[in-house]
Amino acid sequence: MKKLLFVQSHPPHGSLFGQEGLDAILAGSAFIECGVLFLGDGIYQLLKDQQTTALASKNFSVSYQALHDYGVESLFCSAADLLARNLTVADLIVTPTLLDATELAAVLRDYDGILDF
Amino acid sequence: MKFLIVVQGGPYTSQASLSAWHFARAVLTRGHEIYRVFFYHDGVYNANGLLSPPQDEVNLHEAWRLLAVENDLELVICVASALRRGILDQTEASRYEKPLGNVEAPFIISGLGQLIDGTINADRTMTFGS
Repeated sequence: MKKLLFVQSHPPHGSLFGQEGLDAILAGSAFIECGVLFLGDGIYQLLKDQQTTALASKNFSVSYQALHDYGVESLFCSAADLLARNLTVADLIVTPTLLDATELAAVLRDYDGILDF
Repeated sequence: MKFLIVVQGGPYTSQASLSAWHFARAVLTRGHEIYRVFFYHDGVYNANGLLSPPQDEVNLHEAWRLLAVENDLELVICVASALRRGILDQTEASRYEKPLGNVEAPFIISGLGQLIDGTINADRTMTFGS
């Protein structure tokens, strides 16, 4: 059985990459083992307490808390990208596994397919 | 080798769809197989049959259509991405009481299951983002 890694690298608002990427993750979880990797500005999708009403933008990020219920247990984040944005896991709505560059490469190798958003 | 090609960029707004089209042609020229082309995110705009660029410019909708017809390719657009961007076939246009549809065969409106299925069954997934 294959397993798929979904890579989220866009900030949550300003495009639909994040929201439509999450839709793909939820669809994938119905068929196959899935993991999610947050890179670069994609980390902002996990920020707590997003106030999106004034943006007329949907706060889809709350759905990341439900990934556990969909059987998606493997969430990863680049430790360097988190630090570069002056964030810690305490700022995030879920608790991803923090990876250094070597670990990141190992995760990318570990999955059979990778879908980028 | 079987390829799934994922297109996430719209025509004329990023290089994604044109690069994907060139890549698809190269794949076929080299004797490989295309399992499916899946249009997601802004990639669904490639299915808009109303695209009418000047005659001396590439018409990406027509380019995809010809490539699919000549090589019996499956061109699938994601229904959720398509509907919110006004990309509808006649059936969806009637369902949502819109004056016209703008998607015809060989483009097919389907769901994200086709993306996951493609990733599982193809040997390689190539994503063209923006």
